[in-house]
Amino acid sequence: MARYGDIWVYAEHKDGKPARVSLELLGAGRTLSQRLGVSLSAIAVGDKVSELAKELIFWGADTVIVADDPIARDYRTEVYTRIIADQALKRRPEIFLVGATPIGRDLAPRIAARLNTGCTADCTDLHIDEETGVLVATKPYFGRNLMADIICPAQRPQMVTVRPGVMELQDRDSGKKGELIHADADLREEDTRVTVLETVREISESEPLEAAERVVAAGMGVGSREGFELVRELAGLLGARLGATSLPVDEGWISEDHKIGQTGKTIRPKLYVGCGVSGAIQHSAGMINSGLIVAINTDPKAEIFQFADYGIIGDVKEIVPAIIRQLKIDTKINDGSFMRRFTRCSMILTAYGT
Amino acid sequence: MDIVVCIKQVPETGEIRWDLETGTLIREAAPGVLNRNDKHAIEAALQLREVHGGSITALSMGPPQADESLREALSMGVDTAVLLSDKCFAGADTLATSYALSLAVKRIARFDLILCGKETSDGMTAQVGPQLAELLNLPQVTYATGISIHDHSVRITQRLDGGLRVLEASLPALITVERHINQPRIPPMDSIMEAYRDKEVQAWNLEDLGQGSEHFGLKGSPTKTRRVYRKEVTRGTVTMLKGEPDEVARALIATLKGKGRL
Repeated sequence: MARYGDIWVYAEHKDGKPARVSLELLGAGRTLSQRLGVSLSAIAVGDKVSELAKELIFWGADTVIVADDPIARDYRTEVYTRIIADQALKRRPEIFLVGATPIGRDLAPRIAARLNTGCTADCTDLHIDEETGVLVATKPYFGRNLMADIICPAQRPQMVTVRPGVMELQDRDSGKKGELIHADADLREEDTRVTVLETVREISESEPLEAAERVVAAGMGVGSREGFELVRELAGLLGARLGATSLPVDEGWISEDHKIGQTGKTIRPKLYVGCGVSGAIQHSAGMINSGLIVAINTDPKAEIFQFADYGIIGDVKEIVPAIIRQLKIDTKINDGSFMRRFTRCSMILTAYGT
Repeated sequence: MDIVVCIKQVPETGEIRWDLETGTLIREAAPGVLNRNDKHAIEAALQLREVHGGSITALSMGPPQADESLREALSMGVDTAVLLSDKCFAGADTLATSYALSLAVKRIARFDLILCGKETSDGMTAQVGPQLAELLNLPQVTYATGISIHDHSVRITQRLDGGLRVLEASLPALITVERHINQPRIPPMDSIMEAYRDKEVQAWNLEDLGQGSEHFGLKGSPTKTRRVYRKEVTRGTVTMLKGEPDEVARALIATLKGKGRL
């Protein structure tokens, strides 16, 4: 018998495609499985999800466990918990990685409770301890720039959730082969206690924050809704997506899916501009790997100046309008029609020998 | 409609609030405050009681000073307050916390609904709600932005994955609420006085929960914190752009263009 069980990744999916975070976790799981010398499995639950299997294998899974059943068409906590926990009891994984998406954060703790095991939320790093072989899950700890290493020494599987974007996507190998295992849902509709009456999908924006090349983020230093709107305008002019720390989100100025940081998204844009962002770890955990970091803040001692590439000490309400003005002047000069008019005008003037 | 609301006292710095008038931070003098999300759970319970009657119990686990947060819940209008406090409960992870809460809920016995805030501002794991639901074998619905009762079921509007869903769950059930669900009431001064002077917070300890100490706190937690350390977030040195706003703006745009970021 093998010393360790397999590594599992929960394969979340939407519109017939695996969630990006699940693919990221297959990459992270690959590293862990190689370290322990075990195999890597993805588990997918839903209706007509067998088609996902091939893709999950290309992204690193050796085995894909699929529970394909009409009862699992809509995500329901108890249905999914039942199916996954039954499989876990049967197949005894060593480690189970779940994306810390809204669904993952609803599902993982319930599975952990059913399996009477530990689940560490929102990890930013995973590695195997040299001596004991246990999973060491690192996460930002409450307080300024504190990190904690969390382990689950006795119970199995060792469960963790990881925010989208934290782990880097590894290479896809379209020649990779793997095994498909079908799992029974073993559940009837009469056994369920929650019914989905209606689903209203919001039109998703063309580009998710995680994939944006440029991000402009607003923090508490914007001071007011008006200040926040200035930052929104700047983002538009820079061709950037708008992000925020938790405060503008809590004030309801922008929706939750724009939150960057420990309890939001992790981004790696080529350009990050923080407006009134102090740079506390709750936010910086989600943007520290950005290419070029620009910070605008009134407080010269703000944490963000410790890791920004360019800093401006000043009030968002003064600096941001100035940048907006300069960008508008720039756009005018580069605007084709303006240039054409200008050229035409000078040609006419030349013709008249001026 | 009897409701249990689970609340937590969190360190004050976790609750950063913004004074919209002055654009400054509001810092409570008290070291511990009621978790902001939990106020929305209390408010949701109070609004359901207004329509359907019944009684509300606020339940918390924490050190003796968490009494203050339960008094706050009483001043908002909950009927009963219970504090689980024992040295053995200290150091609990989410599962050990949920276990203690589940025993307390079983002792409270009469309930149709358990309400929790979406997550606490300190741990931010959002795990206790789902784990409590599991230990009590209840249906769970998280991220609620609306709750209504229909006969023997509860209808919940859930914000999930960039959309909204309407779910129906049988009762009893556990629901965690989003902040958008309501605007928590601010208790008047006389209610606060009354909560401190005339009302009681029941204190339950290990003995009241009727299980051995090994099930609780640090000992009962499957996860262990192996190490806590400082991590300085640094990357090279920062170049400060100085001058009048327009000068700074021009310098920034030129820099970004030079670096190929615009």
